[in-house]
Amino acid sequence: MMQGAGHAVCLGPDIDTDLVIAGRYLRTKDHSQWVAHVFEDLDTSIAPRLMGAIIVAGKNFGGGSSREQAAIALREAGVVAVIAPSFARIFFRNAINVGLPAIECSLPCLNDQNIRFDLTSGWVETSGKQFPIRPLSPRMQEILSSGGLVNYWKAHQ
Amino acid sequence: MTTLSERILGAPAGEYVDHAVDRAYVHDGTGVLTLMTWKQMGASRLCDASQLYVLFDHIVPANNSTTATLQQELREFASGSFMHFSDIGGGICHQIMSEGVVLPGEVVVGADSHSCTPGAFGAFSTGVGATDMAAIWLTGETWFRVPESIGIHLSGRLSGAAEAKDLALTYVSSLGMDGGTYCALEFVGEGAATLGMEDRLVLTNLSVETGAKTGLFYADEITRTYLAAAGHVVKTQVPEPCTYIHDLDIDLGDIVPMVAVPHRVDTTKPVADIAGLPVNQVFVGTCTNGRYSDLARFAAIVRGKKVAVRTIIVPASRQVLKEAIRTGVLSDLVEAGCTIGTPGCGPCLGAHMGVLGEGEVCLSTANRNFRNRMGVGGEIYLSSVTTAAASSLTGEITEPEVA
Ligand code: SF4
Repeated sequence: MMQGAGHAVCLGPDIDTDLVIAGRYLRTKDHSQWVAHVFEDLDTSIAPRLMGAIIVAGKNFGGGSSREQAAIALREAGVVAVIAPSFARIFFRNAINVGLPAIECSLPCLNDQNIRFDLTSGWVETSGKQFPIRPLSPRMQEILSSGGLVNYWKAHQ
Repeated sequence: MTTLSERILGAPAGEYVDHAVDRAYVHDGTGVLTLMTWKQMGASRLCDASQLYVLFDHIVPANNSTTATLQQELREFASGSFMHFSDIGGGICHQIMSEGVVLPGEVVVGADSHSCTPGAFGAFSTGVGATDMAAIWLTGETWFRVPESIGIHLSGRLSGAAEAKDLALTYVSSLGMDGGTYCALEFVGEGAATLGMEDRLVLTNLSVETGAKTGLFYADEITRTYLAAAGHVVKTQVPEPCTYIHDLDIDLGDIVPMVAVPHRVDTTKPVADIAGLPVNQVFVGTCTNGRYSDLARFAAIVRGKKVAVRTIIVPASRQVLKEAIRTGVLSDLVEAGCTIGTPGCGPCLGAHMGVLGEGEVCLSTANRNFRNRMGVGGEIYLSSVTTAAASSLTGEITEPEVA
């Protein structure tokens, strides 16, 4: 998914992967079970607002455990993209590899405000203002638009 | 004017690049997952098996039949392909890659967080997950975000009982556990030239403990000489003036023996402040401090004496073990009452031999002291080999004597 839009859900800095999805929920193959529990230990009112949302977080999103489930849980919950000034590197890789755009950008955030982005041309837009972002490599763009690395390679065999 | 990471990856910091991988390695733990994901991708071929390494080190020999069965599947696959395969007893993946395999300027990935270690050779070397690795098996390339770099400027030289590990604990505590997030650490300055290859590997090994993507030394005469002994002729890398997003100045002459206390690597104290704390176990080994010079330093201190506490020594590789046998270091260790384990990770990850009991304290030369890592309820203090040796003779954390 190279272009997208959604309503903003604003979060603070240093949200680690344990806060995204708590360790006690990991042991299941049914990923849809995570939808109700995303951000549960941070604020239980967040999960119901995530369908079609763009998360706008503070610095260092996704630190801590390298669990790939954190990125999968956000995708399953209907999150369109995560925007933050910086990401912990493993989360960043995991997000791209499961087909969830992780966009490096410092963005002012107002809850429920509309946000649009275009990863091919390299911008994020909110309240009529455009913020430039660095273009992704061609391979990263293909991985995202196929919905992740496994799908990408299934299709390219 | 570029940092070494920018030079090797061929793009400025912050950019995303697709880049060929020169060498990619997995161990018995991550290799199983990589193989599974590679099959899910529908894969039936490997890009260039001569660049791929499967190195058994984490739970070796297997601790139970579940592990043994998983290992057997990977073993059959790896030995039936043209991948490089090292079975149990060969050694820790990062160590094997550092014994004349990784060369300056290469792009190297490992499916393990301490894959930053071979950066000591002036390579760009970093850790990836099993899904990334499976795609690398297929294509021989991957994507990177070119990291910003932090300059760690070293001056002076180590003195007294201080060694590279004390320097490593010092810089991790200055930067903090997330102070290097997504960055590369570059170790530069005239102090860097005073450090041998084995010291450099200790410093790059701990770079991930600051959240960094990797740690690098520029290849110099020391690198050239080390790799020449392994049969490689390499060029040195000359640093250019470049922009670091953060600078840290360390005078090696100021470094004193340090200990990281439970349960964070960045929470450190001088050994002097904590001396006298009783320990139940001393562990010397791992991809941080299980090399030949480590075993030799330990042996020189305990030679002719007896350890006062159970002491487990695990050579980082078969090559280290062979050298310790050849020089008599191994018999000094055994005579002093140390227990020797199979080359590999040993008790470091708490998955098999050498785990701690509830409330037990271990002084370890590893790189992580996270809660419960070496056994539920156990406490881990991290130190240099010299401090570990002094402490093994007394059974309590002990300041090493200045040689
Ligand atoms: S020795 Fe410890 S830190 Fe190093 S690779 Fe093995 S388990 Fe990881």
